Amino acid sequence: MASLSSLLKVLLYGLIGLFLSIWVVQNPQDGLVARLVTYDKLAVLLLQHFYLVGVSALLAVLTAVPLGIALTRPGLKSWAPRVLALVNIGQTVPSLAVVALSVGFLGVGSLTAIVALWIYSLLPILSNTLIGLQEVDSSITEAAHGMGMKGRHVLFRVELPMAAAMIMAGIRTAVTITIGSAILAAFVGGGGVGNLIIAGNNISRWQVLVLGAALPVLMALMADVIFESLEKKVRV
Amino acid sequence: MSFLEFLMSRWPTILSLTLEHLLIVFIAMVISIALGVSVGILITKNKVAAQIVLNFTNILMTIPSLALFSLLIPVLGIGKIPAIVGLVAYTQLPIVRNVYTGMMTINPSILEAARGMGLTEKKILRTIKIPLAFPAMMSGIRTATVMGIGIGAIAGYIGAGGLGVYIFQGISRSNDQMVIVGAVIISLISILTDRFLGGLQRKLNR
Repeated sequence: MASLSSLLKVLLYGLIGLFLSIWVVQNPQDGLVARLVTYDKLAVLLLQHFYLVGVSALLAVLTAVPLGIALTRPGLKSWAPRVLALVNIGQTVPSLAVVALSVGFLGVGSLTAIVALWIYSLLPILSNTLIGLQEVDSSITEAAHGMGMKGRHVLFRVELPMAAAMIMAGIRTAVTITIGSAILAAFVGGGGVGNLIIAGNNISRWQVLVLGAALPVLMALMADVIFESLEKKVRV
Repeated sequence: MSFLEFLMSRWPTILSLTLEHLLIVFIAMVISIALGVSVGILITKNKVAAQIVLNFTNILMTIPSLALFSLLIPVLGIGKIPAIVGLVAYTQLPIVRNVYTGMMTINPSILEAARGMGLTEKKILRTIKIPLAFPAMMSGIRTATVMGIGIGAIAGYIGAGGLGVYIFQGISRSNDQMVIVGAVIISLISILTDRFLGGLQRKLNR
């Protein structure tokens, strides 16, 4: 029944976001807010935010998981501790610095935002994939080999299923962090809900600010619940 | 202008922004550690209060820092004070949670033995609970401080000064050198602080 309660939570957060948006659009403080916040504009900003997070998270999964797998294979195993140390250092670098560095090399635009978010969300997934695969008991993989399974089969039938929950936890961290960091994309021309915060600041209207603050929080909470239930589902 | 020339001509500004950044984060962390450790210790006395406080700090942390800082502007205005308030609010969760779990995971038989020896609750707290929870506390403080340095950069947006100013100004003037210098210095400060606190942690735990 865990899935029902998480479904209810997702619905609740979604409804809060919906009602808040409807309230601001229907009862704007003044004409400026009314012109700035319309259903169409909100939809565009939300879609941009989803796009930024979705593309960068997908790219992060597609790069971090294979990299994590490669680094636990016999040939590259000796590199794993070094990569892990590097990833840990990378994770202490603030998100604004990653976005800024990306601007420094790529200029402004949504590509810059996606690259920055991709790099930033790569790290938790990579470290969790590595740790998850390393934690698989070697006696289990040896037993699988002993039963005549080939390396590829051991990976897909034994190691990956056992590490799946850990990998999913990494994706969960990455996605929730990325939803918050994607706000910074607004500064580099990537769009997203961050535009509302910047606009709200420029014209100092609290309604716009509150909406801009609340929507990413609700999105992050929803993502957290969704990935939490996925994590439980793949746990062996 | 080459990168080196840029650094040579701007180093006084860069240095003063770096010092300003460190000062803001330092003040915020002193307050945050004092507050977080006391709250963490206080909530070990009441399970309901602990749940409420931990959930509240958890929600605080999911609010995007840029949004929280902006929301503080109507209340506290622009400048260093809202930045410090925001930083303190943000860095509470790792400290409070680690102090709390550190104190709650102490083996109860140790506490019973201490009570049996006739130690008062105050003495138990000072001589047993805090020293035993110290490693967990330190790791919370380490996480919080590194976070604070990064969020301190975002505080540049609300006029708090610090290296964030360099990044935001660099982006709006499309001056890549400013952006890169700001980002690299903040990253270096974060990495070095993490290393330093990690070393301190190991030393104190020995």
